[in-house]
Amino acid sequence: MNNRLYGNLIFELSKEGRRGYSLPRNNFGNYEIPASMQRTEEAQLPECDELTVVRHYTNLSNNNFGVDTGFYPLGSCTMKYNPKINEEMAALPQFQDLHPMQPAETVKGALALVALLEQSLCKLTGLAHFTFKPYAGAHGELTGLMTIDNYHRSRGDMQRKKVVVPDSAHGTNPASAAVCGLEIIEVKSNAEGQVDLEDLEHLVTAEGPNIAAMMMTNPNTLGLFETQIPEIAKLIHDCGGLMYYDGANLNPMLGACRPGDMGFDVMHINLHKTFSTPHGGGGPGAGPVGVREGLQDFFPVVSPYHGNFGVMMRAYAYILSLGRENVKLVGPLAVLNANYIKESLKDVYELPIDTTCCHEFVFDGLKDKSTGVTTMDVAKRLLDYGYHAPTIYFPLLFHESLMVEPTENESKETLDGFIAVMRQIAEEAKTNPDEVKSAPHTTPIGRVDDVLAAKHPVVTFRQLQAEAQL
Amino acid sequence: MFKYFPHTEDDLKAMLETVGVKDLAALYAQIPEDIRFRGDYDIPSEMSEMEVRDTFAKVGSLNKQLTCFAGMGVYDHYTPSVIPQLLQRSEFLTSYTPYQAEISQGTLHYIFEYQSMMTELTGMDISNASLYDGTTAAAEAMMMAVAAGKKQNKVLVSATINPKTREVLDTYALHQGIELETIPQQDGVTSKENLEAQLAEGGVAGVIVQQPNVFGIVEDYTGFADACHEQKALFIIDSVAADLAVLKTPGEWGADIAVGDGQSLGIPMLFGGPYVGYMCCTEKLIRKMPGRIVGMTKDNRDQRAFVLTLQAREQHIRRQKATSNICSNQSLMALFVTIYCSLMGKQGLKEAAQLSYAGAHYLWDELKKTGRFRLVYDQPFFNEFYVKYDGDVDTLYQRFIEAGFLVAKMDDGLVFAVTEKRTKEEIDNLVKIAAL
Repeated sequence: MNNRLYGNLIFELSKEGRRGYSLPRNNFGNYEIPASMQRTEEAQLPECDELTVVRHYTNLSNNNFGVDTGFYPLGSCTMKYNPKINEEMAALPQFQDLHPMQPAETVKGALALVALLEQSLCKLTGLAHFTFKPYAGAHGELTGLMTIDNYHRSRGDMQRKKVVVPDSAHGTNPASAAVCGLEIIEVKSNAEGQVDLEDLEHLVTAEGPNIAAMMMTNPNTLGLFETQIPEIAKLIHDCGGLMYYDGANLNPMLGACRPGDMGFDVMHINLHKTFSTPHGGGGPGAGPVGVREGLQDFFPVVSPYHGNFGVMMRAYAYILSLGRENVKLVGPLAVLNANYIKESLKDVYELPIDTTCCHEFVFDGLKDKSTGVTTMDVAKRLLDYGYHAPTIYFPLLFHESLMVEPTENESKETLDGFIAVMRQIAEEAKTNPDEVKSAPHTTPIGRVDDVLAAKHPVVTFRQLQAEAQL
Repeated sequence: MFKYFPHTEDDLKAMLETVGVKDLAALYAQIPEDIRFRGDYDIPSEMSEMEVRDTFAKVGSLNKQLTCFAGMGVYDHYTPSVIPQLLQRSEFLTSYTPYQAEISQGTLHYIFEYQSMMTELTGMDISNASLYDGTTAAAEAMMMAVAAGKKQNKVLVSATINPKTREVLDTYALHQGIELETIPQQDGVTSKENLEAQLAEGGVAGVIVQQPNVFGIVEDYTGFADACHEQKALFIIDSVAADLAVLKTPGEWGADIAVGDGQSLGIPMLFGGPYVGYMCCTEKLIRKMPGRIVGMTKDNRDQRAFVLTLQAREQHIRRQKATSNICSNQSLMALFVTIYCSLMGKQGLKEAAQLSYAGAHYLWDELKKTGRFRLVYDQPFFNEFYVKYDGDVDTLYQRFIEAGFLVAKMDDGLVFAVTEKRTKEEIDNLVKIAAL
């Protein structure tokens, strides 16, 4: 990683007259774009030769950290291994050049793949139908809620505009509800980190006829299985609402429990989490939505074609590779890995709810609070030791949340290495807190000034240049 | 153990002991028995890599490869070989949202470049880090206009917008309670007269038009922005990204928000996705913008650095009050178009656009000569045009398919699109089929 040598922007490498492309000769004759159509100011795009471009982006990649680089225990994100064969399958020329508006008889293979993936997802979740239109997890949530809203509307049940969400929910849950025109009511967590059934009963009594759905992820964001899920589902169903499953935490359920069997009516799956498709620095993902029989008529049109087809191909390659023999081990091994880390660190990190977790768990910072070393400091210090940091300051239930999710792909040696480093940081917090608080020291850049970026936004090269002239 | 699971028998034993349970099943003791899934899922049996490859090859062989003259939002542009190879760099591919800026400068850096390029193409001040696709970007723009307005809840959409985009807008509008009204078209272009009349009624938060429009026509939007601004409505233009290298930009038309799909910047059609939606706006609207934004800053060693910024707009902070429920962006596809724009650069994008324009106009001239086609609207078009055929259009469409050509059907007409990938020979062959 070398920020100094290769920290340039591609615009700063540009030189007039260089080119990095080749196009066929224009042998169509004299067809000139009329001046009246044309822009007056040229787009200031870079001019670079091919090697300059290749070297620039190769070096940029060296300033990045991915699952292939090292352990990436980012809680809630399921950073599992992204198998290489999936990439090759998604790049097959027989699929690359298909226009989405081709008539069905010319895309039989592509349609077959969609159908096969749907079948597998139905079997794995216990639901009856899937739509692949949603492009991502949050888009899936929105699609699922729209499906629910359409269902209530179709029955003339127009007042059902409230969605019950646990206070530990992912931030996208309330945001998706708002975009769907629905209102959130929060249900509290109890001391065990689970939905407080009594509080839910109150909500249902007060708001029953207005409840469109309850949105949950199970295991929840603390990594805890909501054991009262049958009772919760009954309460919601009895008042006329539907149960929505946020599939963000589906991974530990493979081999243990199906959302359909838990009483959920609608769910989305993050193919980029549970089904191993690469996160790509923040997308593209895919968020197919599954429903119980009868609800498929209420799927909304949230995108024009078959969703992120390339992502779906990868997911199907993964399902085929694992097969029924291995897919049921995904959950148990992910859960074992998480519990192994938790048990190995809970004497030095604060574990607010000491019980068996699923695929992830949450520490509330260091146990010894006297050092002044925060979760942020621990996270940054981990970077020095070659690990990606866990998710920090989420869920919002604790002040110093540190959420660890190791996935099933990590070996005992990797986990032991991480555990050793986490213990060492806990030790450093006592013996050399300044070293931890000023971390990271070995990364291409140090801690960044977030306030400066937000107070005075410079978000394009043009602004950056204007800035330099001041 | 399976190749993606590193656990040996000894590892399992040691780890179970540390955890204090007797076997893997015991890890799930808390799940009520009646909802516990035991047994096998009814999915295929495990496959070796060779078998996976074979399965995909067999399924893939069922597809028919056609020479693409279809467009309507998805275009068959050329992908330089540099791009797929760089996209496979693991450090890009297998990372996530750049929360830890110190080890994510690669991603943050290219998103900053992406934002810069999109603002150059659109002629706007600000770009976000990308959205899912063009249709959802349009929906986000619609919601942004309503959120930015004061009590205005109506959005006007031109009848010349792609019906696929309109369908997605309708979906979002229904649930948001946004009133969507259509501005009718006249001779294939948006009726300015009707726009002004509807604006005058008041309550309009935004106006959405498309350029080039669904018929491929390059519309004249002179005076549209002023008309919108007089009534405090935002002017939104939806464009094919690649075309903006030569066309008058949303910025030059006075748009407040520019949206569209970046697929035309070399991204394979891949049966509908993944693509990338872009969204740019004026500086004034930056805090209303949905999605991630990357900004420049400094680190504690006084080095230039990039970071996710203005996050107070976003769902993980604002929850239900966020500007959108968008969580991530379409990062890898943003990298795709960033590398595309770096390679093609200032000249290449223009040249490709000129080739597309020339090919389309050559095709139209040749089709005209057959005497069997007429332009539905006699208006200037870019690289796509809408025609009527004086015979049975379904028969002709089928004849094209059988000869290995794909065109787009719309109502009882055909829409032809030409990119720099189409050769003169392909066009001549297409015309031969059309003339039969």
